[in-house]
Parts: sequence; structure tokens; C-alpha cells
Amino acid sequence: MQGSLIDSLARQGITRRAFLKYCAMLASMMALPPSAGRAMAEAMATARRPSVIWLPFQECTGCTESITRSHSPSIEGMIFDLISLDYQETLMAAAGHQAEEALHATMKSNHGKYLLIVDGSIPLGMNGAYSCIAGRSNVDLLKETASGAAAIVAMGSCASYGGIPKANPNPTGAVSVSDLVKDKPIVNIPGCPPIPVVMTGVLAHYLTFGALPELDAKGRPKAFFGETIHDRCYRRPFYDQGKFAKTFDDEGARRGWCLFELGCKGPVTYNACATVKWNGGTSWPVESGHGCLGCSEPDFWDGGSFYKALSMPADPLKLGGAAAVAGAAAGVAVSVANRVKKGAAKASHEKATLADLEK
Amino acid sequence: MTTAQRVVVDPITRIEGHLRIEAETDADGRITQAYSAGTMVRGIEIILRGRDPRDAWAFAQRICGVCTLVHGIASVRSVEDALHRAIPSYSLPPNAELIRNLMIAAQHVHDHVMHFYHLHALDWVDVVSALKADPKATSQLAQAISGYSKSSPGYFADVQKKVKTFVEQGQLGIFANAYWGHPAYKLPPEANLMAVAHYLDALAWQRDVVKLHAIFGGKNPHPNFVVGGVPSAISVQGGGGHGKGPQHRGGQDATALNMVGLQTVANVIKAMRDFVDQVYVPDTLAIAGFYKDWASRGEGLGNFLSFGDLPSKGVWDPDSYLIPRGVILDRDLSKIHPIDLDNDAEIQEFVSHSWYKYAGGDAQGLHPFKGETELNYTGPKPPYQHLDVEQKYSWLKSPRWKGKAMEVGPLARVLMMVAKGDKQAKELVGLTLKTLDVPVAALYSTLGRTAARTLESKLLADAMQGWFDQLMANIKAGDLRTFNDQYWDPSTWPRHMQGVGLMEAPRGGLSHWIVVDDGKISNYQAVVPSTWNAGPRDAQGQPGAYEAALQHNHVMADPRQPIEILRTIHSFDPCIACAVHVTDPDGEELVQVKIK
Repeated sequence: MQGSLIDSLARQGITRRAFLKYCAMLASMMALPPSAGRAMAEAMATARRPSVIWLPFQECTGCTESITRSHSPSIEGMIFDLISLDYQETLMAAAGHQAEEALHATMKSNHGKYLLIVDGSIPLGMNGAYSCIAGRSNVDLLKETASGAAAIVAMGSCASYGGIPKANPNPTGAVSVSDLVKDKPIVNIPGCPPIPVVMTGVLAHYLTFGALPELDAKGRPKAFFGETIHDRCYRRPFYDQGKFAKTFDDEGARRGWCLFELGCKGPVTYNACATVKWNGGTSWPVESGHGCLGCSEPDFWDGGSFYKALSMPADPLKLGGAAAVAGAAAGVAVSVANRVKKGAAKASHEKATLADLEK
Repeated sequence: MTTAQRVVVDPITRIEGHLRIEAETDADGRITQAYSAGTMVRGIEIILRGRDPRDAWAFAQRICGVCTLVHGIASVRSVEDALHRAIPSYSLPPNAELIRNLMIAAQHVHDHVMHFYHLHALDWVDVVSALKADPKATSQLAQAISGYSKSSPGYFADVQKKVKTFVEQGQLGIFANAYWGHPAYKLPPEANLMAVAHYLDALAWQRDVVKLHAIFGGKNPHPNFVVGGVPSAISVQGGGGHGKGPQHRGGQDATALNMVGLQTVANVIKAMRDFVDQVYVPDTLAIAGFYKDWASRGEGLGNFLSFGDLPSKGVWDPDSYLIPRGVILDRDLSKIHPIDLDNDAEIQEFVSHSWYKYAGGDAQGLHPFKGETELNYTGPKPPYQHLDVEQKYSWLKSPRWKGKAMEVGPLARVLMMVAKGDKQAKELVGLTLKTLDVPVAALYSTLGRTAARTLESKLLADAMQGWFDQLMANIKAGDLRTFNDQYWDPSTWPRHMQGVGLMEAPRGGLSHWIVVDDGKISNYQAVVPSTWNAGPRDAQGQPGAYEAALQHNHVMADPRQPIEILRTIHSFDPCIACAVHVTDPDGEELVQVKIK
């Protein structure tokens, strides 16, 4: 009765070739070796769909909306073929008691095995009364649900770092998932919201390997948060040339000059927008003329105005403490330093091809 | 036979945010009293105080990720309105207004379609029943009501197979433990299968049409905005530079708003119009035909408010709006009452049943510019079974116009257009009533609210083409302006100013009220659609729109299966994170947090 994924795909007319291609794409995107694509294909093809519980706390539903924009895999592809999304308030048919029953049944029958996704921060003020579901505080629900989870995905900047509710003066005492849960593997997927394919890519990695991908010091998957927006920005040549847009529709803006002077936070923001782009590769904030807000960094809401130019060299860490000089002069030095680094990154970034998988 | 009882539905799912409904039913299961409670608060307006007003849009936008651009637009409009009030010559370039109109209309159409198929449909569509459908008969049904290309027997057979496989695997996921087989479901299996197919089609469609937001705003959800215009420069003349650079990238120009991007926008507009005409409108009419009993239920308040939107001659000329501004009282479409935004006695918020405290006593209402509020949770300590509805019971306030409760949203807007004499709106409403063979009174109902959302989608999708054509004509004539950099720098602003940013969000009239002192925000108030609709009772005990609608002619077949409540609540398309807001003018001590 319990069909495997590959059977189910076959019944739906999805070929083995198309499926392998998807796995290869994911592996390549996450900078994994070609063999990983094959492992992904094998793991996903045999699995009963793992149970996923998604809890919404102090959130705006932007993270849920974002995952519905994922082109590959699509949300319907995920739900039908990859995961069993057993609790998701925005999408689920049941409400009230029936929804609660579904949650409890899932927690019980998949104890120790389900993946918990959380979006939104958790308020600790007023005994948790600032955010309740079914009369229970978020902190209470999180603790109970986390105890039976195999791992936790903190989806979006609020769950990862506290996000906008935690912005000064943090009126409700909002905290992140990792502030409260200390005994489970947690991956942060920040962004306001996160990039859809980053959300689904991390899930696919977990489903394949049964473990979270390699994380950086801020709990983010290195595959997507390993480089700054600035390092991969297509406008970087203009930064290096010292060509900056001064307003949002001057000649420089129309020519795609660098947005550094209009407050772009790309130099201090680690995310994949510049490479993966948004909405099926249509555009991304800088390509559509607005500086990066820095939305995948902790406490970016309190980093000063979005329109105030950074007053430091693009990446002081990489320069090894070089003197802080803003603007073009520093940019040249940074760019030289980064070109070296980029070459190394490129060499280690193997691309898995379809041919590799079908060997 | 049931006994009188209190029904609690929490969480209300398939909405944005955290909503709880408590209802009292009599021995026949009839709802006699209903109470609507928002159970989550973040305090975004507190967080906004003291910040650069040009940054406010990004914070305000995070009020909601579903109607993802509306708070951004309302916010930049509030700052622009403050500037315009202080400096009457301050204006926006026509291209910026056109691009905003396109983004707003796209948001409505996208949001309405997703609401219908992904949030509301499962109240009317029995997914399990679709397994019994004959794909050939489904194809005949689909072809009888629409020219939509995906209508072959094979297409429906494939969808049915997909669902069947899913069900047989025994992991129902988001479809588990629902109300399948409930007698309230009235569609034949073929109509259910058609609707399930379109549920999936709409998911794929929505991913593509948000590309319009990505072109103009860089991404969706949460596209970018800027005070004084729109962020993306128009880049149609080529970079013309030398050496390496974006201008040399395979014929593409420097920003996303180039000829390729504009073509993408044109394609999206066509895709929106096609889907609305060929899928959304015919499905709404077909499904509504089986649920005419819901045309005499969920009537609500009968008072409607719209701030109006979609200007053709600039945002400060409300007479040029496609959606008119005004108030309709007691279903009387012969008169549109004007709204005086600055009159302290017109728009007011009450907190008698909301977890806030007013210095002058909780019985008074306060105008948003003078919004004076303080967090004051007096509800039960969680975990709790029931809220004390005689006292305060929600994080939502109760907005009122001249003391009256108002419904906002698509129904209010369509009625306003009809009352103003909009030809297309009148035709569409007339055609719908005729097709369904229901009286005009059917508009004031759960079904009417849902149908109005569909009709509005058609009106707005059709209007998009005109704005796009104007934008292209301007570009052709050499007008590339998208941003007004005059008064960009807050040091050029008057020391004190205030303004209101109005718009029509998918869920109704939205207003952001900003007070600026010395270039910083000193007060910020968002009075949002779902606050008007979902707010609790006021000092006079008048119910809000959700509460009034539920108290009209709802009998629950099984109080443990609250499908009747879901239908009427979903007909409003709740957006509760939007609706909850707080300010704290005195800046008194807030919560201290300690992490162990």
C-alpha cells in the first residue's frame, strides 16, 4: 500500500530521468559532489514521505507564501511527493479541534522522527499571552513539539534570530527558536522571507541525508549563505570602477550602477539572492534598483537606516583589518582580495551533470 | 440533537495569522452570539517610533506577508502625504503611479485567486469525493462553462490519479482529519474534481504571475518600495558603456525594468486576465450555483467603507480613482457618504473589549492621529479554555466611522463602484445575479462576499492593460522618471508634519497614519482591513463584521465540525497579523526578557 516515491512519480508520469535531473540540480546548487545527487535520488526514491510539522508563531505568513513560490520543487510537488505536511495552518483543510487532533496524532505516531519547521519568533512576555494558538502560548507549544522532533528548521529571520518582533524595543519579549531549544539540531534559514529554493533545497538535503547541511557560525547552511551579496553582485564591476547611482532614477541608476551610496547592505549580507535570484530567476532586489536591506542577518532591523551608506570597507574581515575607507578606493582593494577567494570557491564548486548521475 | 453550548474554533486555519472564534449555540445548533479574537501581537508600531520615516515601509510591510505589498504602499503614501500637506507642490512622477497601480492590482488578483482556491475552496469542495468523478464527464462540465485549454478527459484523469495515489499512500498531510463527507458539501464529484484540478493549476499560476512584482520590486513576497516613487529605474536605452558590465550581458539592460522585463509584465497581465476569465469566474459561478442557501446567510453589518484607490490623475485626486472613496449605510446604494479623514469624530478606534488601555478611559474612541494606546493584557493566563467575552478578549481594536461598525473589502468596493455608476461593475453584478438567479439581496451574504471578490478580480485584471499601455506610451515619449528626489533628505522637511497613507488592500480599506517630528517618526498607527472586519465589540456592544455575520442565520449541523463558521469567516479572507497593532506613546517600560 505504501508506495515509494519513485513508484508514485512513475505513476504520475514523471520520468526517472527528470527526477535525476532535479537531484543533480539540487546537488549542484548546494555545491555537493556529483555522488550526492545520486544519493539524493536513491534516498528520496525509497522513502515513505517523512512527516513535517510547521508551527506559526509571531509571523506574517510571508515565509509560507514564499515557499509556495518555489519553482523547483514546487509546493505541490513537495506535498504530494517529498514530505507529508501534517500540520500547516495556512494550507490545511482542518481547523480548531480537528487541526489540534491532527497535530497530536502526528507527534505521537512519528515521535522522534518528524521534522519541525517554525516560522515567527516566540514572545516570552506576559507568560506568553502575546501569542497563543488554541489557548496555548507559543513557548509552551514549541517546547512540547520540539521534544519529539528529529530536527528543527527555523524558517525566516524571525524564527532564526527574533526578526522584526525583536527589533528595538522588542515590545513582546520575542526570541528565536535557538534561544529556547538547546537539545535538538537546528538549522536557521534566515531571510525576510527566505528565498524559496533555499527553503526547499535545505529540506531536500535533510530528506536525503537524514541530517542537516553544514552550517556557519550563525546556524545557516553554508551552501547558500557562504558568500556576501556584494561578492556575487552583477553590479560589482561598477563598484570597482567607482560608479555609483546617486538617486533612484538618475542616469547611473538606469545604467545599473552600484547602489552602495543609496544604502545597499550587500557587502555585509550573506545570502544567495545575487546568484539564485527570486521568482524563478526573474530578478532580485538590486537588479530592480533597490539596495539590499540585509534581511538575512541577525538584527538587521536595528542596523541604522536602509538608505544610509555603509561607512566601512566592504568586508573588513576579508581585508584583515585594513583601514576603513568608504567608497571606490576601498572597493578596488576589496575586489582584488575577493577575486582570489572567488577563484578558490569556483574550483571547489563542482557541478554535477545528468551524465554523472546516470553512470 | 445537540444542547446549547459554546463552540471554540482555534486555530481558524486557511487564513493569515492567529484567529479564534468563540460562538454560543442554542439547542438547535443555531449561533446566537459570536466573538472574534486575535491572539497574537508583535507591536510593530512601537518598534517604528523614533525611526527614519523613509525606512517605515519595510517595517510596516512585515505586518503581513500575504497581502505583501499593501502596507509598504500605505506607508510610503503616508510619508508622501505628510510632505504634500506641508509642501503642496510635492508630487510623484506619473510612471511611479502607474507602476504602483500595476503592482496593487496584481496583488489583488493574485491574492484573490489564492484565497479562493487555496484558502476558501476546501470549505465548498470535497477532495475525497473527487475520486468518484468520471473524468470524461468532468471534461464535459469544464468545457460547458469555459474555454480553458486544460479540459481534456486525460487531464482530469491524470489529476484524479495523482490524488488517488496520494490518498492510497495513507499520508493525507494537509488534507488529513478534515470534513470530507460532511453533508454540507453539495458539489457533484465532477465539480469537485474540476475544482481540485484548478487548485493545483492555481498554485502553478500564482508562482508565475508574481514575476510582475519581481520586475518592479525585486522579489515577492515583500517587494521593495521607496518614498517618492518606485525603486527600479527604467532601463530601456541600453547601457552604452565600454568593457565589462551589465550593459553587455547578452543584450540585457542594466535593471530588471528593461524591454525583457516589460515583456514579462505584459505576459503576466495576459496570464492574469486569462486565468480570471477562463477559470476563476466560471468556477465561482459554477460552485455558487450549488450553494445558493449561502446567499441568505452571513449578512453582516450592511455598512460599507472604502478609502478608494487606483488613481488615474495622481493619488491626491480621489475623484480620479477607479475604486471610489466613501461610505454606504444600511445597504442604501443611492447615497455615498463622504469621509472626512481629519475629523476627530469620524474615524475612531475603541478598546473597550481589546487588550489595551486609554488614559482617558476605555469608553472613548480616539482618532488615529491622536492614537493613544498601551498594551494591557487582562485575559486568562495560557493555557486557557475560554476567553472572558464580557471583558476584553482580543488584540484587535474596534475601528468605527461616526460610531458605526463598517465592513470593508471586495464587497464594499464593488458596491461602491456600482453606487458610483461604474458601467462594467454594474454589468458584472447584474450578470452574476442573473446567472445564479438570485435577488439583489443575495449580495449581502457569505456567498455575495465571495462572489464580489471574483468580480473585483476581473475588474482589476482588465484595468491593468490600460495602465501598462500608458506606461509604455510614456517610455516611448522619453519620459523615464520614476522617482522624485526633491525632499528625499529628511533635513529638508518641516520640523513637524503628519500624513495618512490610504489604499485598498485585498481585504479592504487600509490607512497608515504617521506623525513626524524632526525627521523621525513620533507616532505611527495602522488601521487595517481585518481590524474593521474582525475587531471585537465596541463600548456600545456593537459587534464587528465577523461577529455580526456569524450571528445571522447559521445552524451548525455538528458543533464539533465547524464548517459553517469557516465558510463565513473565510468569506472575509481574514488577515489577522495585519489587524493587530499597538502603539505606546509614553514609552513606558516594556517587557524584560531573560533567557536561561
